[in-house]
Amino acid sequence: MILSVALSHRFDGFDLNVAFDVPGGVTALFGPSGAGKSTVVRAIAGLMRCDSARISLGSRVLDGPGHRVAPHLRRIGCVFQNAALFPHMTVRQNLCYGQRFHNGSTVSFDDVVAMLDLGPLLHRRPEGLSGGERSRTAIGRALLMDPDLLLLDEPLSALDEARKAEILPYLERLRDGTRRPMIYVSHALPEVARLANHIVVLRAGRVLRVGATEDVLSDPNLSAALGLREAGAVIAARVLRVEADGMTLLETAAGPIFLPGVTAAPGQTLRLRIPAQDVILSRDRPVGLSALNILAAQVVSLTPLDAASVMVELRLVDQTILARITHRSTAALALQPGTDCFAILKSVAIMGAT
Amino acid sequence: MTPEEWAAVSLSVQVSVWATLLSLPFGIAAAWALSRKRFPGWQALNALTHLPLVLPPVVTGYLLLLAFGRNGPIGGFLEDTFGIVLAFRWTGAVLAAAVMAFPLMVRAIRLGFEAVDRRVEETASTLGAPPVMVFLTVTLPLISPSLIAGSVLAFAKAMGEFGATITFVANIPGQTQTMPTAIYALLQVPGGDAAAFRLVWISIVIAVGALVASEVLARRMQARVQGS
Repeated sequence: MILSVALSHRFDGFDLNVAFDVPGGVTALFGPSGAGKSTVVRAIAGLMRCDSARISLGSRVLDGPGHRVAPHLRRIGCVFQNAALFPHMTVRQNLCYGQRFHNGSTVSFDDVVAMLDLGPLLHRRPEGLSGGERSRTAIGRALLMDPDLLLLDEPLSALDEARKAEILPYLERLRDGTRRPMIYVSHALPEVARLANHIVVLRAGRVLRVGATEDVLSDPNLSAALGLREAGAVIAARVLRVEADGMTLLETAAGPIFLPGVTAAPGQTLRLRIPAQDVILSRDRPVGLSALNILAAQVVSLTPLDAASVMVELRLVDQTILARITHRSTAALALQPGTDCFAILKSVAIMGAT
Repeated sequence: MTPEEWAAVSLSVQVSVWATLLSLPFGIAAAWALSRKRFPGWQALNALTHLPLVLPPVVTGYLLLLAFGRNGPIGGFLEDTFGIVLAFRWTGAVLAAAVMAFPLMVRAIRLGFEAVDRRVEETASTLGAPPVMVFLTVTLPLISPSLIAGSVLAFAKAMGEFGATITFVANIPGQTQTMPTAIYALLQVPGGDAAAFRLVWISIVIAVGALVASEVLARRMQARVQGS
């Protein structure tokens, strides 16, 4: 199901002008605060009128010239930052709220309760719930109305790191279990890298880039927009085997990678993130180094980022990754497009199953 | 207590209950329009609802008499069409009390509307609730504490209403004499002090009772609304 959005709106000195088409799966709407993410989300949900809007979901036109579907008829499930639960209802009543307006829902109450572990909460009221429990309830409530599209507007941003870590697996289950198109709004790259198949990068009311997560995150020209600290490639990996010393050997398009503490079974596929600032480059194959993952690479391009650093785009067999190094190192190693070198991966993060 | 005093007490309660109940839907509508909408005439509506608060009650009563008296434009219409007479009847006391209590009620309910988290209502609409259902299932329950607060304020105001009532419906024992006008009448005659005091005590008891009841009710509603 293709979501097609074209909006323009002008208010209070802010000028929004975006257009993008995204396929099913999870699409991240990514950008800093003030980029216009919330405006886009509110427009898709029908909660706000833009100066001009064309929005369609599959063959259904939600907004068009002289045509506008009211929010309650859009079948778009929304989860907002603060969960926005009904304070005067129990968790069960919250979950069931949408069902009374939708006959013939294909979503089973018991399945949703089981998937989000809501069973013990059903008789409680929102007031007594933790942030994570509220988020899960809001997600379940949106899911139970059997939506054509799920809109998650920064569902984790009000939570601390521990709570985020608690919710993320549920979001992965949601993505893998329901096969429902999702728009996931966030300004946190790790969440986006972990969940999204596609990314729409927004900046100051404009679309900077639309593309597959792997392509967007390994584009050196977007590093500045995505945040230098966060920049880094996301690659797919398959678990090959666990070695006697507990290290797991993973097969990737960039070559073999060893990681400790992998819980996935052989044959499973994982998504790995290689932060650009954790990649060290060497002209010669390093010897006597504690790092385990040293891969032959070729420089594709060099993109100056700021006064101190350069983003180096590297080709490792069939995979592009990024390394962020200083101007001085670039000069010392005489790096140029085409230069052969070795990439030393200081850290590789597992972003969950794909 | 004399039957006349009892009549004043029961009439006061009757008038205040009716005034509160009848003005509640209008109070909700006015509070909703004033807190949620901006429209041409917003200022005029705002001023009109507050007018009874700032006008001398006697003036309000006189204006009611002009408009709702048997020869007034609205009063004449009501009598000709529905056979309803307000001036110098207990029904007129209800109208006078409702009009005088209206600003207090609207102010209290407005605060309730303004405290409702709009995102909760928006979420209800994205879940498929049409606007009327959002109002009935989300907004109204959430403002219930301020509905109670507004109603108690209006009831208390109606119980104490004097100036507009005596101007519009006079002070006819057994027909339009309420507690305040009865107390006033008793104080005008020699030896009426004892009877006046009985009514004063009764009005204090009713006022305090209403306040306590509303407090208990409001807490219970608050707990239901916020689950504390």
